[in-house]
Amino acid sequence: MTATTADHEHHDEHDDHGPVKGWRRWVYSTNHKDIGTMYLWFSLLMFFIGGAMALVIRAELFEPGMQITNPGFFNQMTTMHALVMVFGVVMPATVGLANWMIPMMIGAPDMALPRLNNWSFWIMPFAFTMLLSTLFMDSGGPAAGWTLYPPLSLQGGTGFAFTIFSIHFMGISSVMGSINIVATVFNMRAPGMALMKMPLFVWTWVITAFLLIATIPVFAGAVTMLLTDRFFETSFFSAAGGGDPVMYQHIFWFFAHPEVYILILPSFGVVSQIIPTFSRKKLFGYDSMVYATASIAFLSFIVWAHHMFTVGMPLAGELFFMFSTMMIAVPTGVKVFNWISTMWRGSLTFETPMLFAVGFVVMFTFGGFSGLMMAITPVDIQYHDTYFIVAHFHYVLVPGAVYGIIGSVYYWLPKWCGNMYDETLGKWHFWLSTIFVNLLFFPMHFVGLAGMPRRIPDYHMQFADWNAIATIGAFGFGFAQLLFVYVVVKAIRSGEKATDQVWDGAEGLEWTIPSPAPYHTFSTPPVIK
Amino acid sequence: MTGSTFSRRKIRGNLWMRIPAVLMGLMAALSVSAKTEEYPFPINLPVGVTEISRDVYGLHMLIFWICCVIAVGVFGVLFWSVIFHRKSKNPVPANFHESTTVEIIWTIIPFLILVAMAVPAAKVLVTMEQTGDADMTIKVTGYQWKWHYEYIGEDVGFFSVLNHEHNAARQTGSGIDVSQFPHYLKDVDKPLVVPVGQKIRFLHTSSDVIHSWWVQDLAVKKDAVPGFINENWARIDEPGTYRGKCAELCGRDHGFMPIVVEALPQEEFDAWLAAQKAGVEEDAMASAQHWETEELIARGEGVYNTNCIACHQAGGQGIPGAFPAITGSPIATGDASEHAALVINGVVGTAMAAYGQQLSDIELAAVVTYQRNALGNSVGDAIQPTDVAAIR
Repeated sequence: MTATTADHEHHDEHDDHGPVKGWRRWVYSTNHKDIGTMYLWFSLLMFFIGGAMALVIRAELFEPGMQITNPGFFNQMTTMHALVMVFGVVMPATVGLANWMIPMMIGAPDMALPRLNNWSFWIMPFAFTMLLSTLFMDSGGPAAGWTLYPPLSLQGGTGFAFTIFSIHFMGISSVMGSINIVATVFNMRAPGMALMKMPLFVWTWVITAFLLIATIPVFAGAVTMLLTDRFFETSFFSAAGGGDPVMYQHIFWFFAHPEVYILILPSFGVVSQIIPTFSRKKLFGYDSMVYATASIAFLSFIVWAHHMFTVGMPLAGELFFMFSTMMIAVPTGVKVFNWISTMWRGSLTFETPMLFAVGFVVMFTFGGFSGLMMAITPVDIQYHDTYFIVAHFHYVLVPGAVYGIIGSVYYWLPKWCGNMYDETLGKWHFWLSTIFVNLLFFPMHFVGLAGMPRRIPDYHMQFADWNAIATIGAFGFGFAQLLFVYVVVKAIRSGEKATDQVWDGAEGLEWTIPSPAPYHTFSTPPVIK
Repeated sequence: MTGSTFSRRKIRGNLWMRIPAVLMGLMAALSVSAKTEEYPFPINLPVGVTEISRDVYGLHMLIFWICCVIAVGVFGVLFWSVIFHRKSKNPVPANFHESTTVEIIWTIIPFLILVAMAVPAAKVLVTMEQTGDADMTIKVTGYQWKWHYEYIGEDVGFFSVLNHEHNAARQTGSGIDVSQFPHYLKDVDKPLVVPVGQKIRFLHTSSDVIHSWWVQDLAVKKDAVPGFINENWARIDEPGTYRGKCAELCGRDHGFMPIVVEALPQEEFDAWLAAQKAGVEEDAMASAQHWETEELIARGEGVYNTNCIACHQAGGQGIPGAFPAITGSPIATGDASEHAALVINGVVGTAMAAYGQQLSDIELAAVVTYQRNALGNSVGDAIQPTDVAAIR
């Protein structure tokens, strides 16, 4: 527990041990709820920074010809947009949700390692300040794509060192956060909370945490080798010095393929919480959901080279990675079928969290289909590095991972702040987002198939119309998110008081405690039947 | 029919005027499945002009339709539930939540579908990888930001760069209407010329960073990795012009290094190859003779537009902070031998490549002389190919 002084006069009467006032509450915090809140606000801020970069990209691509950027700056924007969105938005947001919800879902008083928790959050603002500062340096920001493939990435200037160090710090933060989650789940569950009784969100996060612990150090090693190649004359990835540029890609994707599941699994968990609640029916096939998640995590370690089919691989390697990649469709399909079976003959209502969850299932499945197409190696060689790929991973990440996160904010916000959000505005937010996100990403399938490579700032007129539509979609989607901020802030400041149960179909320990959740919960472990 | 066809339309002017056209096109795209030559909304892979590209297209459509069938089933059930199992229609939920039988069924059926997909996919992949028994071999080398083609065993090789009118138009804020170029960013100064009906093996490598040589109509895409040689192959059925792009991010001008493959009937190809060989000899002879300054300047302009313009720009002004100007530069207006030596050896640690490996003596002499007497410079001296040979 925190060592701060008790403050009985503020906040609500459930607080037996409230937070200190002022900046110390946040900087010194070891409270899982405060840290969760900070993670979520941080990722919201980064969402708008990364989103602004996306709008620069889309504005340049609105029509053929170069209007507002030069190609070098354009490459910095694509690179930074990806780094910010992956490491600064989706990952911290899911860690924030884990911080808030995992202790409350398993009946623990807090995270197992509260000081580590404080540290893993507070590294993040510094890491991202360092990363974003490279944009203002003479050498500019990183411009070799978020994959940082050498030798191209080694052409970066001094700013490159800042990029590498910021990645190191983000990695330290993620690994510490993951260790904390694993330690919490394995040691602090309330009596009776068996592993196979844990809410799916907890399960998906534990599996995510193991993926992070296994792969982040690999990535840290890869970027450290880039650093020494760039500044200390080593030749890990330089053929002229006996190294191998393709080796970097193998190491990178050994990290980055599990990384894509790190981004999506927590959202799988969230959707598995939301759909049963609003279907008023238990999750269908709980056990198979857990096994499917674990299978996806396992498979994620043996499919990495499907990102590299054009790099020059032996036939046996191509066949192996094609078959292993196709296998992923099986457990992923099981998950989708289970969600739909949960809804089947339920008693459905469509409050905003449910809209986002159903939107997730539909649009994530779009991304799943294009992913299945990409598993077919001979065809993937044609898809590779085109806008078809861009369409695919944005479908799984935006109406996939991001919808999961937004849905969970709507779902748990009444528990966090004690007030209901404005349901009408929430629905507006969903429908605007969904219309624009499809205008934004669906045309990318077409231009990609027709031959538009990714990461180009200018293109032939044949792609002009689809790109114009995508840009309109991008600005619409971006501005729709301002509505989200408004709804959240409005709910925090005012709104109908939430009941403890909040949603009539909700099940789980987090709904047994008052709304808003008191500063400390489950100081005495609950009884699990 | 191919990725290079398009409808030429005015794209500047009032952008908002385009939106109704865009929306109409969107509806057209949804309702029309056949793609015609003039179709403004390209939506699919081209079928291409090789056996493999047709196989790839067939696989692509097969998996696409399989996905469509699955989608209709899955989303059908989902939306059925959304419509008919809402609380207003179904106030009391069912309470089933487990069935080992259905879990096993929906694990096994997708698995069988995947096996059915994997077999034809593996067949095509095996064919793609059979690079042996080639009738001819072409080595493709990626450079930032151009391609070099070498006809192995024929002593013919040349660079291929973006058409320089397109290059001028694509500069930020150039004010040039790019829609006037029918093949904007898809044209080069000198295309790769190949014969139809021959099995051509391509060897891919790079001189600097990783590039990727991609021609959609031939269904070839392979990374060019420095220090390594990759290979793939194509046998083109129909004469024609096939256009491609660099597919792997290779730095600032990644979007501006197109590929053009011109497939000719065998006799025309043979004639073309003979002319190229004659050109190589001519170049060697030209490098041995003495040239007038004006002749070198005239010849140097073309070399400059091919090799230097991307960084140093059309007027020689460079890009402040990134690429130095040639106009008024101490090098281009200083000692001619030092100027030539810099062009030959490059500048280590910068984007300035060592052109000694890329250009012949006459080309180097011409471009150095051009830089000294054009682009706002007027030093008045010239450097001869024989001087270049001495500096090498």
